[in-house]
Amino acid sequence: MSQRGGIAPYLQAAPLALVFLLFLVIPLAIIVMVSFWTYTDYSIQPAFEVQNYLDVFDRCIVRLPTLCTTFRTYLSTLTFCAIVWALTLVIGFTVAYFLAFEVRSPTVQSLLFLVCTIPFWTSNVIRMISWIPLLGRSGLVNQALIGLGLIDQPIEWLLYSSFSVTITFVHLFTFFMVVPIYNSMLRIDRSLIEAARDAGASGWQILWNVIVPLSKTGIAIGSIFVITIVMGDFITIGLMGGQQIASVGKTIQTEISYLQFPVAAANAVVLLGTVLLIIVGLTRVVDIRREL
Amino acid sequence: MSETRGAAFYLLAAFFALFVLFLYGPTLTVLILSFQGPGGGLTFPMNGVSTHWFGVLWQGLGVVDVWAAFGRSFRLGLIVTVLTVVISVLAGLAFRRRFVGSTLLFYTAIASLILPSIVVSLGIALEFRIFDDFVKAHGLLGDGFHSAMGLFTSALGAHLTWTLPFGLLVMFVVFNRFNPAYEEAARDLGATPWQTFRHVVLPIIAPYLIGVALFGFTLSWDEIARTSQTVGGPNTLPLELQGLTTTVTNPAIYALGTLTTAVSFLVIALTLGTGLYLRRRRLRGASDAGKGTL
Repeated sequence: MSQRGGIAPYLQAAPLALVFLLFLVIPLAIIVMVSFWTYTDYSIQPAFEVQNYLDVFDRCIVRLPTLCTTFRTYLSTLTFCAIVWALTLVIGFTVAYFLAFEVRSPTVQSLLFLVCTIPFWTSNVIRMISWIPLLGRSGLVNQALIGLGLIDQPIEWLLYSSFSVTITFVHLFTFFMVVPIYNSMLRIDRSLIEAARDAGASGWQILWNVIVPLSKTGIAIGSIFVITIVMGDFITIGLMGGQQIASVGKTIQTEISYLQFPVAAANAVVLLGTVLLIIVGLTRVVDIRREL
Repeated sequence: MSETRGAAFYLLAAFFALFVLFLYGPTLTVLILSFQGPGGGLTFPMNGVSTHWFGVLWQGLGVVDVWAAFGRSFRLGLIVTVLTVVISVLAGLAFRRRFVGSTLLFYTAIASLILPSIVVSLGIALEFRIFDDFVKAHGLLGDGFHSAMGLFTSALGAHLTWTLPFGLLVMFVVFNRFNPAYEEAARDLGATPWQTFRHVVLPIIAPYLIGVALFGFTLSWDEIARTSQTVGGPNTLPLELQGLTTTVTNPAIYALGTLTTAVSFLVIALTLGTGLYLRRRRLRGASDAGKGTL
């Protein structure tokens, strides 16, 4: 590369920095700013008041233990988060373990990994609506259950319900868990496992005391991905919940559609704070930068 | 691992098979149902096999001009792809050396990847709104000015915040494995920095750039969350598709799904094909020693 002065890297990094400045940093600053603004039916006006935040947490404290709308929405979103996180972690870890430790040939490993990536070239909306013919009232699952004589009436809660939202999340995002965990597992020195076995460790002991701790970084990265996606989601919950289930992202989207930008901004700041808290918590468990 | 396959292997293999079925099953159902007969509905059984619903789709779906949305998404995808490749390569080169702010820039890229899309989308929308208000209040761009928001301004920026982190991470992987000896050799032979880049670095990293391009196009082609508030005027294809899921209640929606998937796969196949072709051509003419300068 160029031996001349130190200016080259700055010029090379400039376009990237400019894009992030224009479309990430300034927008985030504007959200924080506008969250203190006031608004009328058709416009937003500069101001400095905390009314929007008061609106977001309207009577949330005084009405405890009854949950206000915001707390209920957060509780519901966090519950989805926890369930989806647990499912994607267990499934993702198992799949990654199989690929990394049980499949011996590197070629077969890569091939199976590729098989898992192919569905990701399909649009998320299509992968969502593809559950409709399966879970619908006259869908395959109900047809099969009725055919087997297990039920008389079609099950109604399969589609447009918490169930379909959860299954779609798991369907869409488990792979985000598989990739980083698989990557961590491939770096584990196989002699460590042999050493553990020679020292008399059982299969479960090796898994729990050797493999899991050494996959911690992958687990943390995958968790951050899944949790941040689910926390901010409004599309999957909207589409698969039949527009009936509340989520933080949907609340913000609704407020935007009513042009209540300052309240939406205040909500976005609260969401951002929540997500950052979770990430900080996870990065305390592992040092992610070290692993890159 | 143990010499013979234990029960654990078969259990895990079965689990993996189920996972693959879970990944593919639903999508395959949509592909099959898009060839539903003219009298068929949204679910099984198949009422004959036909391309009837592709015909319906070709006629257009009600008020929504699917084909215009198709064109918009495709053009936007191409521009995003080119910008993602160029900006990622430049940034990848920059990160090979130390520079003030590199850590900050790295963390900004990671933040761009994991911040909730609705927040990013709202931020960009507000930014353009405030810009529009400012321009109108001061009459800067004439009376005809309506909004700076649009497919190739705000939506393009929103897409880049999503594709660039992926591009950058790929470039990190590439340059972590890059042997600087090739560049040193080129320099020792008197190549200028540009010649070194053009004839040494670029050909070596080219296959990975195809990967970056693929990321760029497919991520843009399917993007909804960040586009939702930033698209300004007419929608992109995935946004139209999302809207159609509530209004279209016949298999034409599956036909549209099959079609968009086909475009994704076609783009991937073409790109990978080009990559393989380039590699074969390079291998055939592996050495150009004694042929003079290029």
